[in-house]
Amino acid sequence: MSATHREKIRLNNVHAFYGESHILHGIDLTINQGELVTLLGRNGSGRSTTLKTIMNLVGKRSGQIAINGTDAMSLAPHKIAHLGVGFCPEERGIFASLNVEENLMLPPVVRSGGMSLEEIYDMFPNLYERRTSRGTSLSGGEQQMLAMARILRTGANILLLDEITEGLAPVIVQKLAYVLTQLKERGLTILLVEQNFRFAAPIADRHYVMEHGHIVEEITAAELTEKTDLLNSYLGV
Amino acid sequence: MFDINLFALSGQLLIGLINGSFYALLSLGLAIIFGLLRIINFAQGAMYMLGAFCALLFLKWFGMSYWVALFVVPFVVAVLGILIERFLIRPIANLDHLYSLLLTFGIALILQGSFTHLFGSSGLPYSTPAELKGGMKLPFMYLPNYRAWIIASSVVICGLTWYMIEKTKLGAYLRAGTENPQLLQAFGINVPLIITLTFAFGVGLAGFAGVLAAPVYSVAPDMGSNILIVVFAIVVIGGMGSIGGAIITGLLMGIIEGLTKYFYPEASATVIFLVMMLVLIVKPAGLFGKEG
Repeated sequence: MSATHREKIRLNNVHAFYGESHILHGIDLTINQGELVTLLGRNGSGRSTTLKTIMNLVGKRSGQIAINGTDAMSLAPHKIAHLGVGFCPEERGIFASLNVEENLMLPPVVRSGGMSLEEIYDMFPNLYERRTSRGTSLSGGEQQMLAMARILRTGANILLLDEITEGLAPVIVQKLAYVLTQLKERGLTILLVEQNFRFAAPIADRHYVMEHGHIVEEITAAELTEKTDLLNSYLGV
Repeated sequence: MFDINLFALSGQLLIGLINGSFYALLSLGLAIIFGLLRIINFAQGAMYMLGAFCALLFLKWFGMSYWVALFVVPFVVAVLGILIERFLIRPIANLDHLYSLLLTFGIALILQGSFTHLFGSSGLPYSTPAELKGGMKLPFMYLPNYRAWIIASSVVICGLTWYMIEKTKLGAYLRAGTENPQLLQAFGINVPLIITLTFAFGVGLAGFAGVLAAPVYSVAPDMGSNILIVVFAIVVIGGMGSIGGAIITGLLMGIIEGLTKYFYPEASATVIFLVMMLVLIVKPAGLFGKEG
């Protein structure tokens, strides 16, 4: 079915809980192949939880989640990645007890067509120079590159990226924008949680705005200029 | 006062090294289990005792030789470990770790009590394998072959385990799982399976130590609980969860204990706890632990 293959991620009426706290209240969203979609919103609006819910890393969840056309609701967390999903957490998750190359080689290949080690070192030359250093001895920017590179090697064709520009110097942010554009050209599907709207706006196809665990607005790239005021009121800028 | 009797000193050093070999094997198993499961396995001593008893009973029941037991018994203990982790520890893994700690303590008491009931509390003998009887005459001492074998095999097993954890892909999963199991699972690794196998491997090491100990110590139900307290002190001295630290500290504490037996025998039973106190005051994370 070509329709389900175009649709890489679909969430229908998804709720998520941390213990007694009800965090997501009925999320509906769809991401098609090759799209770069952002989740915008203030801190605590449920954007990171949405990514974690897709990865089955929250306490309890309900509703429907389909990834690459497969029902992912009943799958254990370690099965989700094998549907072709690469997850880059907000705190980057570089392992201190592993060196750079071990960090890079850690996630198993989940699909063919991932980047080879050479291609990755080509894209991130700093990582090659520091490949025997401890993962956490890298600078913040290098750690972010490593966290990205790590999931590109696995062949994942759906990337869930959480706040990848947070706290990074402008030159690194530029590099990340370039990397994302390249990945989009390769046909990868990207769901990006982002605070830095100026980073996300030029490269994204669509934006979902979240508030209090709901999706309150969907804005396409074409509508962006006419809805700027609305967006600013949601983001509080 | 400085009239050192080399013969007696090297004899005590040898005994220290042998004790240290067992300390190293047991604290290594504890450290591996603590790293991933975040629990102190109080049943580690009971698994050591079980290893020794299995060697003895398999010989009696099946005529299994020492050399076969050395391979089979750790495997049997590991399978028991799989059952314990899967059916007892995992159901309460989401509760406070104190519960799992108490659970392993209960398992230890049940095992020790059952073996005392079945075999009595006095030790049973297990004879040294014929191939390792006799010994070598060194310039300062007589070195029994079996004792040399204990030290060599313990060092080799500890070294292999260290290599596997620090230098291989499987070890990288283990180290990553120790740091952030949730993220490792998000990458597609079956973390619950790794936890089960880690627990099995950790107690399997204790089972191996038990077989190794059977010919030198008498096989008794309380052999595990006696050594366990010292091994805990060693894990604290070395630093919780440090693999290399557990091995080195185990051997080192055996030697320190041996030296104390020569110079001031009255303190030999307490010297390790004294070192533990000093380390806790000066470097609370342990000699090889990371300050956190």
